Amino acid sequence: MREEMRPVLLTVNGRSVEVAEGTTVAAAVLISGAPTRRSVSGEARAPLCGMGICFECRVAIDGRPHQRSCQIVCAAGMDVRTL
Amino acid sequence: MFDHPSAGVVAAEKGNERLELRYGKLILATGARELFLPFPGWTLPGICGAGGLDAMARGGLPVSGKRVVVAGTGPLLLAVAAHVAARGAKVVAICEQAPLRSLIQFAGRMLGQPAKLAQGIRYRWAVRAPMYFGCWPVEARGDGALEKVTLRTRLRRWTVTCDFLACGFHLVPNTELAQLIGCRIEDGLVAVDEMQRTSVENVLCAGEPTGIGGVEMAVIEGQIAGLAAAGALNEAGKFVPRRRKMLGFVRALREAFVLDPELRRLASDATIVCRCEDVVYGDLRRYSGWRDAKLQTRCGMGPCQGRICGAAAEFLFGWCVEGVRPPAFPVLVASLATASTVSEEVQEGS
Repeated sequence: MREEMRPVLLTVNGRSVEVAEGTTVAAAVLISGAPTRRSVSGEARAPLCGMGICFECRVAIDGRPHQRSCQIVCAAGMDVRTL
Repeated sequence: MFDHPSAGVVAAEKGNERLELRYGKLILATGARELFLPFPGWTLPGICGAGGLDAMARGGLPVSGKRVVVAGTGPLLLAVAAHVAARGAKVVAICEQAPLRSLIQFAGRMLGQPAKLAQGIRYRWAVRAPMYFGCWPVEARGDGALEKVTLRTRLRRWTVTCDFLACGFHLVPNTELAQLIGCRIEDGLVAVDEMQRTSVENVLCAGEPTGIGGVEMAVIEGQIAGLAAAGALNEAGKFVPRRRKMLGFVRALREAFVLDPELRRLASDATIVCRCEDVVYGDLRRYSGWRDAKLQTRCGMGPCQGRICGAAAEFLFGWCVEGVRPPAFPVLVASLATASTVSEEVQEGS
């Protein structure tokens, strides 16, 4: 019997986002429509490498800054803030 | 893992916790990253690596109905196009920078490895998009996010609208940890013997850092390294001929997907090369080497520590990018402070 995909509810910049179980935080941020960060000169940025090397995907998760969101799976109730 | 304070000890960070791991044998399996070449507009959201888009789609990024251009070089392009198409993406173009004749030669050399050749053909069959050779993106545009990309071949230049540009110019081995430990590097690769042993005692290395050869070869090398580390040298030796057989594939890959020198002219003076510190091409080309450029512009001094722009600078300027120092990845100050205490203790005790 196949298990039902349970949705996971989290917030990105205070807005609720519902994603499928197993979704990365990076994908959740992109689904919410936000860039992951602003560069030092103010450009909007989104993940580049998708494998934890480029650091373009870094966001604050539950108050801890500079987390590589492409390497972290969403958990219920997570508070994600883009930089 | 971010440091190797002394022989037999690695320092790592997990969450908020600093780990100190003692080892008898260490096998480095650090893989490879994609090579990204800067071109005007490449920092726009919606532009990512070829493998990058694949990884993010697997991580839950919806690509269904999205228009995707896949560009760069290497067999990964077809695989990525097929994977995202299977998830419902509309692949509008596949742009391979290598000329068609290189690909034909490559396919010819793959006749000895029918499984790989068949896989390539299956991938190509699965995607209806046109594939162009000697073709790459020259400019991307969009208001806050990617909207259109201009592609070129030797004969023409045209613009397509798309939601994603998945662009990677093949792979760069991740040799930073091996360098930190002091392993000998030859031609950008970690030097190993037939048992996957590096020049540093008790440190072995398997997979892409010893030569870009794909997953099958990495698995064989992992088996050799694992058995050799466990002292089962005879058992490990049984895999060595299989590895040797695959060296032809490594060579064929390297020769077929060699980068067109024209790609060095992709960036304009205003194009960002270092994405962490927003250092542009025009500021970099005045310097004679990586170290000089780094000191004067902060190029490569952001959180990725030059992993993205360093590889680009090697290709663009022919610079030798070196000087890996701990921490190999950004870590908490607390982790650093503890790490230095431990290394002192070890030195005192030795």
